[in-house]
Amino acid sequence: MRKVKSYILILVSLMLIFTVGCGDDRPSINVFNWGDYIDTDVIKEFEEEFGIKVNYSTYETNEDMYIRLKQGGSSYDVVIPSDYMIERMIREGMLSKLNKDNIPNLSNVDEAFLNLDYDPDNDYSVPYMWGTVGIIYNKTMVDEPVDSWDILWDEKYDDQIIMLNSQRDSLAVALKRLGYSMNTRDVVELEEARDELIKQRPLVYAYLGDQVKYTMIGGEAAIAVVWSGDAVAMIRENPDLEFAIPKEGTNLWFDSMVIPNSAKNKEGAEAFINFMARPDIAARNTEYIGYSTPITEAIEMLPDYIRNSKVAYPDPEDIKNTEIFKDPADIVEVYDRIWTEIHSN
Amino acid sequence: MKRIAYPYLLWILIFTIIPLLLVLYFAFTTGDSQNFNTFNLSLENFKKFFTPIYLKVLLKSINLALVSTILCLVIGYPLAYIISREKPKNRNTMILMFIIPMWMNFLLRTYAWLTLLGRNGLVNTVLARLGLPVLDLMFNDKAVMLGMVYNFLPFMVLPIYSVLTKIDKRLLEASEDLGADVATTFKRVIFPLSIPGVITGITMVFVPAMSTFVISSLLGGNKANLIGNLIEQQFRWTGDWHFGSSMSIILMIFILITMAITSRFDKDKEEGGRLW
Repeated sequence: MRKVKSYILILVSLMLIFTVGCGDDRPSINVFNWGDYIDTDVIKEFEEEFGIKVNYSTYETNEDMYIRLKQGGSSYDVVIPSDYMIERMIREGMLSKLNKDNIPNLSNVDEAFLNLDYDPDNDYSVPYMWGTVGIIYNKTMVDEPVDSWDILWDEKYDDQIIMLNSQRDSLAVALKRLGYSMNTRDVVELEEARDELIKQRPLVYAYLGDQVKYTMIGGEAAIAVVWSGDAVAMIRENPDLEFAIPKEGTNLWFDSMVIPNSAKNKEGAEAFINFMARPDIAARNTEYIGYSTPITEAIEMLPDYIRNSKVAYPDPEDIKNTEIFKDPADIVEVYDRIWTEIHSN
Repeated sequence: MKRIAYPYLLWILIFTIIPLLLVLYFAFTTGDSQNFNTFNLSLENFKKFFTPIYLKVLLKSINLALVSTILCLVIGYPLAYIISREKPKNRNTMILMFIIPMWMNFLLRTYAWLTLLGRNGLVNTVLARLGLPVLDLMFNDKAVMLGMVYNFLPFMVLPIYSVLTKIDKRLLEASEDLGADVATTFKRVIFPLSIPGVITGITMVFVPAMSTFVISSLLGGNKANLIGNLIEQQFRWTGDWHFGSSMSIILMIFILITMAITSRFDKDKEEGGRLW
């Protein structure tokens, strides 16, 4: 009995020590990012260098993140949404203007990624990563050339196709295949795209998010729609995989760091954003996650296989046929309805 | 004594009654979910739900939940029966072995199935080694059903088991003395007496199976949308809390009805038991 008591005593005192250890009074920031989208060592380095604790959490899609922010309840200091979502958040007054004096590293960003339509003067956002959407396929299962979205409707690949479980991306694929703009505001065109996606459903193996990586690396399906950066990481793991940008055109996207209005530690957030735009940090982060960095100097620090990868850094002519998502604004509900209808069928 | 109940009453008020009223309020209004000033009373959400698309999803959910519940009963009852007939010492070990997996996180256990069922997963690797054809086990309704049965089976077994162990042994002896064979004793004594456990088991499996969204999205590859997924979608992606709430209310009403039906069944049996 006495032994038990002393064990309990030790346990309790250990717990006390740990709780005291946890109660650290460093200032902190809450960072909210896409899943699997940062090298966690970089976060640790930031914490050590600036003495700011980072509470890191993740989301799956832009829509998911948006709702979580809108609901309130939790406050985030840094969030990394995509172009069209940033446009919407600016329009709805959800973002706070950056103090550019605190972010000198903004000058490291390649001009091609600055002052884009979604944030014309970069008053609100600092580019984090960019990329395209394309088709990744397993060469051992697909022996024809892949250059069109059509292959995703080819019955030969019944139950071998993985689609992204993401509203805008799936609709973009169908719209582009039909020859429409992925930013269409025409309900008829959207419904046509919906019908195409419903027609495709029986051929689809699954609609996945980050899970697609393991499924394709494991050779469990032949074809998948993926973001270019994920493709880099997947090809690194499984050399049988190859990435193609369809000729009908695709989406060119940018994820940028922003500070929501509800941020409690704006200086901390700006320090974090500035840190992430530092070339050496951006290079390490990029190497780890596989996505494409907008920081010119960082590209030069990357290992050759990434720097020369046409997946991550495509030739300008490969992406001349691309579109950037725009905020659907007043017809966002039509997009939502169409998406629900696809998924309920 | 009554005073002790007050904290619980307060708890129920804050965590059950007020949220329920909020859900009801949201269900019967439309507007910007984040701004109470824009709310308008309306039946729009229900009108929207009672269209073929959503009804099909509801039917599918009912169907999957029902089949899973029946499977759980068919698998769970004999198991509970076998365990309950063991000596108390063995019995406890067996039950322990049965519930140990439940100590692990539910999500983790479901994820584990992904590695088992995948095209190049464990099951198919074994099949291929044996020269058998490879099966499509994942991302379909059967996988979802398997996930449900696997996750909810303990909720069926435990209540049945606990009722079975409490059956008065003298009743069984009496039945034997009166000349009933094992089958008749089971049919006319044991089974009727275990009905309350069965009913509890059915509700405890049916309700979560009806509203799950994690299992169908993980093992169903987001292909087999269930009503739980639709509700999740409204809250997490679309942000239409009104429609989400009205679907929750419909789901709740549906579950209430099924519970009413099963409990009626329970009473009849109990009265029948007493008569006998």
